[in-house]
Amino acid sequence: MIGLKTIYTIWLREFKIFMREKFRIVAMIGQPLLYLLILGRGISAGMRLNSTGNIDYLRFMYPGIIGMSILFTSIFSALSIIWDREFGFLKEVLVAPVPRWAVALGKSFGGATIAMIQSAIMITMAPIVGITLSVVVLIELFVLSFLLSFAVTSLGVLIAAKLESMQSFQMVMNFLIMPLYFLSGAMFPMASAPAWMKTLMVIDPLTYGVDALRNVIFSGTTITIGQSAVPLLEVARTSGLIRWTLAFDVLIMFTAAAVLAAAGAYSFSRSNN
Amino acid sequence: MTPIIQVESLVKQFGELPAVNGISFSVASGAIFGFLGPNGAGKSTTIKMLATLLKPTSGKATLAGFDINSQSNQVRQSIGLVFQDPSLDIRLTADENLQFHAMLYNVPKDVFAARCEQVLRMVDLLDRRSSPVSTFSGGMKRRLEIARGLLHHPKVLFLDEPTLGLDPQTRNAIWHHVRKLRDEVGTTVFMTTHYMDEAENCDHIAIIDHGKIQAIDTPASLKRMIGGDKIIVGGDDALAQDIPAKYNVELQKVNGEFHFQINSGAEFVPRLVTDFHGRVKSIQVKQPSLEDVFLKLTGRAIREQEGSNLDLMRQGARLWRGARR
Repeated sequence: MIGLKTIYTIWLREFKIFMREKFRIVAMIGQPLLYLLILGRGISAGMRLNSTGNIDYLRFMYPGIIGMSILFTSIFSALSIIWDREFGFLKEVLVAPVPRWAVALGKSFGGATIAMIQSAIMITMAPIVGITLSVVVLIELFVLSFLLSFAVTSLGVLIAAKLESMQSFQMVMNFLIMPLYFLSGAMFPMASAPAWMKTLMVIDPLTYGVDALRNVIFSGTTITIGQSAVPLLEVARTSGLIRWTLAFDVLIMFTAAAVLAAAGAYSFSRSNN
Repeated sequence: MTPIIQVESLVKQFGELPAVNGISFSVASGAIFGFLGPNGAGKSTTIKMLATLLKPTSGKATLAGFDINSQSNQVRQSIGLVFQDPSLDIRLTADENLQFHAMLYNVPKDVFAARCEQVLRMVDLLDRRSSPVSTFSGGMKRRLEIARGLLHHPKVLFLDEPTLGLDPQTRNAIWHHVRKLRDEVGTTVFMTTHYMDEAENCDHIAIIDHGKIQAIDTPASLKRMIGGDKIIVGGDDALAQDIPAKYNVELQKVNGEFHFQINSGAEFVPRLVTDFHGRVKSIQVKQPSLEDVFLKLTGRAIREQEGSNLDLMRQGARLWRGARR
């Protein structure tokens, strides 16, 4: 089982290096905190979601912020391949008697593990935004984070196999990752977006990831409207903030993860050095 | 003894340019074999093909009995590679780099600790094993890479310009380790270099230029090809005609001085001084070096060749067209 061992080896290195990079961990916690506490609070105070007067913007945005941190963490993990190439270390891996697809999968698992840690950190902020947690919610969230991150890291591997240098990285961030994020429904609801944008949002696989995150994170919380307590999930669904069922979201994500992982492994095993 | 590396008319073309143009040679097991040639001569390309990193355009080669074209995994398991550029993870410690390598090369867990210590001791890095590689000097990194390349007990260790950019002291230390390695472990060492003095350390040398092997032999035999000692004379320009006419030697002008070979150089000096009294300004007698062998084989000094790789390839292409008549 040389393939499995290779996956484990690559994963272990990713994990070790992650644990050693204190700055990365600080950035990982700091960035979403900034979004949530400053951007989220600010927007939430300045406007009301017009169609959904009952759901606070901060609550709406919270799953989107988790999605964002998973997206960025994963893409950084995958693009470390370019870093490894520039510093020569990639050669050590490429000359070893191991299958390249396993190297690619090892990267994806590494990225997914780190994203899960990120989610674990993020979920501790739930009380600040008025979200109630349960064991089921936590487990579902970790599984979702893993799946979402696995898909995004595989996409990153696919890109990294083609990229030559760190300079091209900025292009990828600006013209692929940011649009994917903006169109995912993380920052604003799809329901109120213009028609042309809706089309793009439906195509964006990340949309389903964010939708799934909302499905899970909202599932344990009840809010009070007038006199009665109502499940947050139901309110979000009726007002169009959640569009699909969790099962459907997961199905799409699973498909995307499988396709991207296969494509990533394929393009990585075909890249020369 | 069957050779551990056997290469038959190996060719690698990049587009129109032949980087390696039909080379054949074999390397005996346990030897230190050197590939000597200027930058762009095809040394690294050959190593890459033998290490299954590049597919040859044509030709075949076996390494430890495995075909480089069809049995790449077995070939990779049988070789250790030390690249021109560093390939360590500087964020990990020396130990961790070795551990990563051991896992990729399937070194059994129960022998890892002993092997790790063995290779680290061999390159004198045992006391630094827990330090992050980012704190290592260039020479230490290179030594660690050599140790790493040996960890899975390869049959052949490839060293691509192992001493490039290192100070003379470190270069000597690395050579000391390479010889120790051959003597203690019996690993075959295949190395490339463009330092002439370094090539002297090899058991066999192949001189490669423009993708072709010009000569292949022991350093001593190669130098014997030169025929006698080397005389370097400084003096007036007419000497370029007069010396060959008088002594029947082949003369080359290098940096304003005249180089030629003659038997028993020390006894020749008084004769030269008598024959060309007043015209000769300086005389040096030298034992022939590999530099002279290279000069004789290719008509150029190896240092004249050092330019950008692209220039060399262009020049190579021109020369090929001329040589193909």
